[in-house]
Amino acid sequence: MSLAHAAPPFTDTWQKIAVAVGGTGLLILFVAGFGALPGKQSLFLGLALLLMTVGTAGYAWRAYLTTSAGIKNNGAFFSSLTNRGLSGWMAGIVLTGFYVLLYFYPNYLGLGRDGAMNTGLIALFDPLSQMLKGQPASEWFVYGTLYTLAILIFGVKFILKYRHNRYQVVRTFSVMFFQLGFAFLLPEILLRLNYPYNDFKNMWPLNYYFFHDWNINQMLDSGAVGMFMLVFGVVLIFIISPALTYFYGKRWYCSWVCGCGGLAETAGDPFRHLSDKSLKAWRIERWLVHGVLVFVVIMTIGVLYSYFSAEGGNLLLSRTFLVWFVTGLLAAGGAWVLFDKKRFHNIDPRAKWLSLGIGVLIIVLMLSSHYGGGSSEQVFFLNTGNLRSWYGFLIGAIFSGVIGVGFYPLLGNRVWCRFGCPMAAILGLQQRFFSRFRITTNGGQCISCGNCSTYCEMGIDVRWYAQRGQNIVRASCVGCGICAAVCPRGVLRLENGSIDINDRTSELRTLQVTEKG
Amino acid sequence: MHIVILGNGVAGATAARFIRKLSDHDITMISAETDHFFSRTALMYIYMGHMRYQETKPYEDWFWDKNRINLKRSYVERVHFDAKTLHLQTGEEVAYDKLLLAVGSKPNKFGWPGQDLEGVGGLYSFQDLQYMEAYSEGLERAVIVGGGLIGIEMAEMFHSRHIPVTFLVRENSFWDMVLPPEESEMVNRQIRQNGIDLRLNTELQEIVDDGNGRVCAVITKDGERVECGYVGLTPGVHPNIAFLKDTDLETEKGILTDEYLRSNLADVYAAGDCAQLRNPPAGRRPIEAVWYVGRMMGETVAYNMCDQPVAYQPGIWFNSAKFFDLEYQVYGTVLADPPDEHTSLFWEHPEGNRSVRLVYHRDTGVILGFNLMGVRYRHEVCERWIKQEASVETVLQNLKLANFDPELFREYEAEILQQYQQQTGTSLSIKKERSWKEVFSFLHR
Repeated sequence: MSLAHAAPPFTDTWQKIAVAVGGTGLLILFVAGFGALPGKQSLFLGLALLLMTVGTAGYAWRAYLTTSAGIKNNGAFFSSLTNRGLSGWMAGIVLTGFYVLLYFYPNYLGLGRDGAMNTGLIALFDPLSQMLKGQPASEWFVYGTLYTLAILIFGVKFILKYRHNRYQVVRTFSVMFFQLGFAFLLPEILLRLNYPYNDFKNMWPLNYYFFHDWNINQMLDSGAVGMFMLVFGVVLIFIISPALTYFYGKRWYCSWVCGCGGLAETAGDPFRHLSDKSLKAWRIERWLVHGVLVFVVIMTIGVLYSYFSAEGGNLLLSRTFLVWFVTGLLAAGGAWVLFDKKRFHNIDPRAKWLSLGIGVLIIVLMLSSHYGGGSSEQVFFLNTGNLRSWYGFLIGAIFSGVIGVGFYPLLGNRVWCRFGCPMAAILGLQQRFFSRFRITTNGGQCISCGNCSTYCEMGIDVRWYAQRGQNIVRASCVGCGICAAVCPRGVLRLENGSIDINDRTSELRTLQVTEKG
Repeated sequence: MHIVILGNGVAGATAARFIRKLSDHDITMISAETDHFFSRTALMYIYMGHMRYQETKPYEDWFWDKNRINLKRSYVERVHFDAKTLHLQTGEEVAYDKLLLAVGSKPNKFGWPGQDLEGVGGLYSFQDLQYMEAYSEGLERAVIVGGGLIGIEMAEMFHSRHIPVTFLVRENSFWDMVLPPEESEMVNRQIRQNGIDLRLNTELQEIVDDGNGRVCAVITKDGERVECGYVGLTPGVHPNIAFLKDTDLETEKGILTDEYLRSNLADVYAAGDCAQLRNPPAGRRPIEAVWYVGRMMGETVAYNMCDQPVAYQPGIWFNSAKFFDLEYQVYGTVLADPPDEHTSLFWEHPEGNRSVRLVYHRDTGVILGFNLMGVRYRHEVCERWIKQEASVETVLQNLKLANFDPELFREYEAEILQQYQQQTGTSLSIKKERSWKEVFSFLHR
């Protein structure tokens, strides 16, 4: 006699074997971490990566290919791992702990310092690192390898899960491609060819050190290739990115290209429903993410200010040029917000005056410190070096790494993207005010079930709009398309169009009475 | 003025929101079911673990307070229409100036022997879900009686828990009084592919007592016995108006209302599942227990209760559902058993999990309806064609305007057009590509 199980998700024998196989791979990494492996690193490394890959693929095969294609969220709120149960908390603690070691105590992972040989986990990756770039592994190489592997194997799982949805499949191939090619292989190959490490798609301000002196110098010292990196990086920020965001919304980056987004969409997918949908969370989000944006802007101006010479033979590289360039940019932006009433007609006046005020404050502080004869290394009367190390520590390490990924099982898979990423903030502002992208709703078909809101990793209460039949234009939307996928009534569609660009949300489709009156 | 709304489902909650938009009246919404409005259609997802109860609430809890809508959790035993008061189970009396009855439905039971045994339940209310949950632990087989939308939802729910299901459907084919034969057959396949033991042409004879007042099996009219630990009764619903009998309120199956959703009594209105229109619009039924109808009536009745008379006009019929992995949308008139003057173009994907049916008038070619399985079409575009009485050929040439599938999905409109050409010997071409710009231009022309 067989007893029915209480609730999904169910795991069959094959899946248990798959978990054991993948777990063994992980175990090898742990054992290596304790320095307990008897040499033969390449063998063990290969074995560990292989077992983890096979385990994940096997699990996904049984989970998805044994049933019909469709939405597979059965038991998302029953599983301990994906509903903040014991497993979820344990996963959160282990991930957080790994990030703390990685960022602050890489020696415990086996990093050999001052020319010493690597040991433990990092030594395990030496053979692969030697093969790719002819150097021993660093903690960042280990991290990059595991990160890429995670996007690839969980990307395969995601593709199997959403195999009925071509948008999801193509999008996931895209993040896998950009992670493997642009974030992992290309930079290592560049290093091997004695060029600076460069991830071409990693744009300022997500790549907050792009304008740091050492990075600029490195590029300037690397001939034509280095110059290309510098120019491409600047063109990406000021031309390519605004253009793509105009046409497609920020999704072209956040859910098709970006590495942080890539991990969130693949390894983080089982946790997407844990994002907080409350209005309160949205308020916190706006303060935090735009706060980080202001922080990175001030930090970057400061860093460039220190980098540029005080007098400067070259006008384009002088501090005076820098402060007036930034002043011009901010003033132009401010004037746009003030005078393009059509575009900014439905902006909250408090948000408008606050952002204009911050812009004015930046200009005043910058100009007064530049012309007020402050210390030659300071702009905004702040120590640039301190600013930079605090940003690196607070945002670069703690927020994007430790909290950003460590808290997947507790706060959802887009914690960093939603609350902290300055890149997402900039693209979000563009998406909100200068983009053809929106999510359209399908007439009156919404049944307010809540699947869209629940599975929105960015915590957008999609249903709020869908049930009123209102198109959705939200700065934070990364265009992953999952709301449209999980909707049981075919109500949501990601869409681009310029025809109504300033009135993308003005129409309400579900009204019975007013549309006639 | 004190407006009391009885029931916090979609009709009641929508009415409350619009009354607040339109007026400053005091509003009290009373429900015995839950503290807050939740999406009834999402009950299945709670059982399947896609959401918890809190995710099914369309508005955060502070919303009601902020909009000065008082919520009261209580059961109303009697309504004293003369005194304009409600008598609550707690003994409390609540006075109203205007009353909205949005009390919803109850699952049907047709007098089957054993229908009140333990382990027999419908699926309408939150309590029904809790009941079903309570009997799911260790359940080895469930029998579902009634081949409608709730029946198939229940089958999917049990299936998600790996509980075997026997599904008794009286008709020849699933929901064949609504779906045309091809679509109905597609759903039959979907049900069977999911391992459900689908028994068509099968009626329930009796539910068997295990000797302790609990269900242990059912017996069909063919005399077959199916052992089971739970019986889901899903042969439709009826208005929940038993507590209103023997009052001056005129009722039949539901609460009789005019087109302004007024009952026969002054200051008493009805909306949603429980309302029965005395003169329904052409082609519509007097009672339509559908989410969308509840929402539309809720909005309409709010205007009427705020002294801005507006007749209930539901417009072109539309509905949707999801049968396991198969999405269904309908716009306009699509009949299972159409009259002679209706004809249709039916396209089906070779894999048998997508289809598009365009129903049109045989002689005039005027488009009448759209029936979609596994393909999403745009409500407003289809509605506009139907209202405009566009010809089927116009529709076919512009059909991509209606396509609402996600980006990068394959589009089948060219194949559909080709099939029409083959069948009719006409020569037509696709005129419009799918794009928001084209849709916008079409809708705002």
